[in-house]
Amino acid sequence: MDYAALSANLLLISFIAYLVGTFFFGGAVKVSKTEKTYKDSMWGKIGIVVTIIGFVTQLGYFITRWIAAGHAPVSNMFEFTTAFSMMLVGSFILIFFIYKTPSLGLFALPIAIVIIAYASMFPREITPLIPALKSYWLTVHVITAALGESILAISAVAGLIYLAKNVDVTKKSKELFWLEAVMFTLVLVIGFVVSSTAFSLSGYEADFNYVDKNGKASEMTYNMPPLFGMSEYEQVTTDTMKPWFEMPAIVNAKTLTTFVWSLATGIVLYLLLRLIFRRPIAALLQPFAKKANSQLMDEIGYRSVLIGFPVFTLGALIFAMIWAHEAWSRLWGWDPKEVWALITWLFYAAFLHLRLSQGWEGKKSAWLAVAGFVIIMFNLIAVNLIIAGLHSYA
Amino acid sequence: MSKFKCQCGHENPFGTVLCEKCGRPLTDEAQKSEMVDMRYEGSARRSQTYKKTIIDKIWNFFSSVKVGVSIIIAVLSTSSIGTIFPQKFYVPVSGNDPSEYLEYYERLYGTVGKLYYQLGFYDMYNSWWFKILIGMLGTSIIIASLDRVIPLYKSLKKQRTKRHPSFMKRQRIYGESDIADSDESLEKAQKALKDLHYKVKVEDGAILAEKNRFGRWGPYINHIGLIIFLLGVLMRGIPGFYVDETMWIREGETREIPGAPGYLLENIDFSVETYSKEESNAVFGEAIEKNGSIVKEFKSDVKLYKEKEGSLPGSADVEFLKEYPIIVNKPLKFDGYSIFQMDYKIGELKTMKFTLMNKKTEKSLGEFTIDLNEPAKDYDLGNGSSIELMEYYADYDGIVDGQPSSKSPIPNNPAFIFNMKTPDHPDGEKSFVAIRQTLEVEPNDYEAKFMSAETRDASGLTIRKDKTLYILLLGGIVFMIGVIQGSYWQHRRIWIQKGTGSEMLIAAHTNKNWYTLKKDLDKVKEVAALPTYTDKQDKDAVIDTTEGETN
Repeated sequence: MDYAALSANLLLISFIAYLVGTFFFGGAVKVSKTEKTYKDSMWGKIGIVVTIIGFVTQLGYFITRWIAAGHAPVSNMFEFTTAFSMMLVGSFILIFFIYKTPSLGLFALPIAIVIIAYASMFPREITPLIPALKSYWLTVHVITAALGESILAISAVAGLIYLAKNVDVTKKSKELFWLEAVMFTLVLVIGFVVSSTAFSLSGYEADFNYVDKNGKASEMTYNMPPLFGMSEYEQVTTDTMKPWFEMPAIVNAKTLTTFVWSLATGIVLYLLLRLIFRRPIAALLQPFAKKANSQLMDEIGYRSVLIGFPVFTLGALIFAMIWAHEAWSRLWGWDPKEVWALITWLFYAAFLHLRLSQGWEGKKSAWLAVAGFVIIMFNLIAVNLIIAGLHSYA
Repeated sequence: MSKFKCQCGHENPFGTVLCEKCGRPLTDEAQKSEMVDMRYEGSARRSQTYKKTIIDKIWNFFSSVKVGVSIIIAVLSTSSIGTIFPQKFYVPVSGNDPSEYLEYYERLYGTVGKLYYQLGFYDMYNSWWFKILIGMLGTSIIIASLDRVIPLYKSLKKQRTKRHPSFMKRQRIYGESDIADSDESLEKAQKALKDLHYKVKVEDGAILAEKNRFGRWGPYINHIGLIIFLLGVLMRGIPGFYVDETMWIREGETREIPGAPGYLLENIDFSVETYSKEESNAVFGEAIEKNGSIVKEFKSDVKLYKEKEGSLPGSADVEFLKEYPIIVNKPLKFDGYSIFQMDYKIGELKTMKFTLMNKKTEKSLGEFTIDLNEPAKDYDLGNGSSIELMEYYADYDGIVDGQPSSKSPIPNNPAFIFNMKTPDHPDGEKSFVAIRQTLEVEPNDYEAKFMSAETRDASGLTIRKDKTLYILLLGGIVFMIGVIQGSYWQHRRIWIQKGTGSEMLIAAHTNKNWYTLKKDLDKVKEVAALPTYTDKQDKDAVIDTTEGETN
């Protein structure tokens, strides 16, 4: 059997299932009139069934790809990010069965969808393991760390619902500005997906020779029109556009080009949305969050940090140290990824202390949960793509 | 300091907010509040009670969670600075010359890079101020825990089943109403609570149902774990506890292992293996085509020896211990040491073979081979011919001040000055020979012509010994136990008692997860007639019902 092809199809099915699930959770929120019908709504029940089907197929993707590759599919950006989205949905299902609240699904599933779409923009072929990754600790460390991060992410989803419900969107405020900033960031990710997909469908390619930061001659292929050229670049494909600027050797001009294209597409998308609806995006979300119980969202936000924090500690710090000791001869080397895992950990430790003893509940706690998710995403995206380190496997 | 007597007769330590026994609010503030602060059970904490001497002030500073959180925020924000540019140990600069580091940061990152170097951020995790921050964090963990855990323990131990109504009323979850048969309700509630695995105590018409008290100790246990971990890190400074050395060893060489006295290592063979497209299954084909070759394995086959007891250091009297292939992720382990595959060099020159040749007749007088790491001085070719190696430059770097110079002892670019003694020229002809280059002072009749070279690989290995590992691991395990205990078990208490007349009071408290506490209460209420309670913090509860009705 061709496991690799099967695996790709299963992922596609789960992606569609999450879209359908979102729709049903939306229905649950829309039709329910009382707290009771909201919790026991038929729409919500179908929503969770569809979500579970999606989760099971995504688990199928994970297992078949594991069989095909012969190693846990968590070894590059595509695989890790997809696994993260799977665990996010898994954590959502777990929390849903504790608290039975459709609003959480309405917000969690779209985030999982965006994350899968984001992951799919990276090379998807199955790569063999490089020597540093050849260890069963790859499976243990990465899966536990991703699981911890995904449970922590649920806290941000609950926080977002809390904020969407409780921030006053009718008048300008700092809170509204920042909530809108979070929404804008999400639109940027969609901008990245849209622009990458558009250029890849058109088959755009531009080859360059350049000199890297160690003075070595190298080659680079752009998949988007090159706005920025690598250091001392030389165009190989002549019918493509000439870069506007040449960058110094430490800047990866290709990454910068992708970023600027995504930013531009994101801004256009955002402006379009604003023009169509004539309201901040945060205001568009409010009706979807209105049915949620603030106290419950606060509770979920806190509870998921409580559940996720020990898992994260185990996976991202303790297992990480044990493996680092086997592979790199030291427990801890202040590599950027390690430092950012420590920062994430310290941040959630601060969150717990503020909540326990300073009484930071409600809005403050919701903001912290959202900020924690931003740090996790920073570690996943920026540290891999911008800050070079030992963990740059993407 | 004097004790403080509550109306119930219990003597509380000075500074107590809620009576340890009956829960009566003792301070003005607590008496005025609608909802009492239940953290640490309103017990007398040193930091809240004594504020005079300098020791009090230091204690109070470090016991404050606000200060603790500030230190955490300081550590996390400064840590992020160190990730902007690579840290010192990832910079490919050999030696310890500060100017070379400065040059590196300035060349790659410009003025910002220069500033980054000058402010010390390039090695910030070893800086005095970062270490002080970590030290402060450790101090804060110890003091803040001690300040809380002892009084908390005492008051939880002394708590009475029957609480004063003023305590009940000030709980977040509280309800009161008249109940027809309060005795029957108490009886049923007691059973229902036992079914929910609560520990139930009954006293004089009052119930205290308690669950998972041990969860309260979780934070303190995880703090102990952290302290053990930090102590482990400190112990690395003790000589012999921590070894971190590197060695380069060429194929065929046997070397003493730095940092592990008495042990020797022989490098049999170093190899790099890549995934070949044919051998790996079709699954990887696309990736290999796209990325070119992908490395499968770096391997150093080594033999480990130990000097025999009583033998002189460096003597050949050694005992063979084991043969082992060191690959990434599979270090060689012995006697607390681990040797890791970290780096390699392919094709380093080992020997060069020359032939002594008459330039005109092209007739050879014989061949000689030079060991580039330990070159011999003289090479006898027989028949009255010989070569004298006058000078050797392992890593020839051009002429400096009229003299050829070598920039390192590694034979990357060997150059020689030969004195060729032949029957024609018994005093010898001098010749400077480097790769693809021969210089002669005056035209010679003979030349040393390069024939062939042998190369070999070298392994870059790291030697570690870390006696603190088990301490760190212990710290990690204790932390995990504590953090799981504190996060996954919540301390819940439910108080039910008879009030005046047919009135009943109900109150409940948990340190976290109020949702489940309320579910427990609802289950009890299903079987026993009890007052309806309200959650003073759930402001939506009212709105939810009204919205539901009007929609």
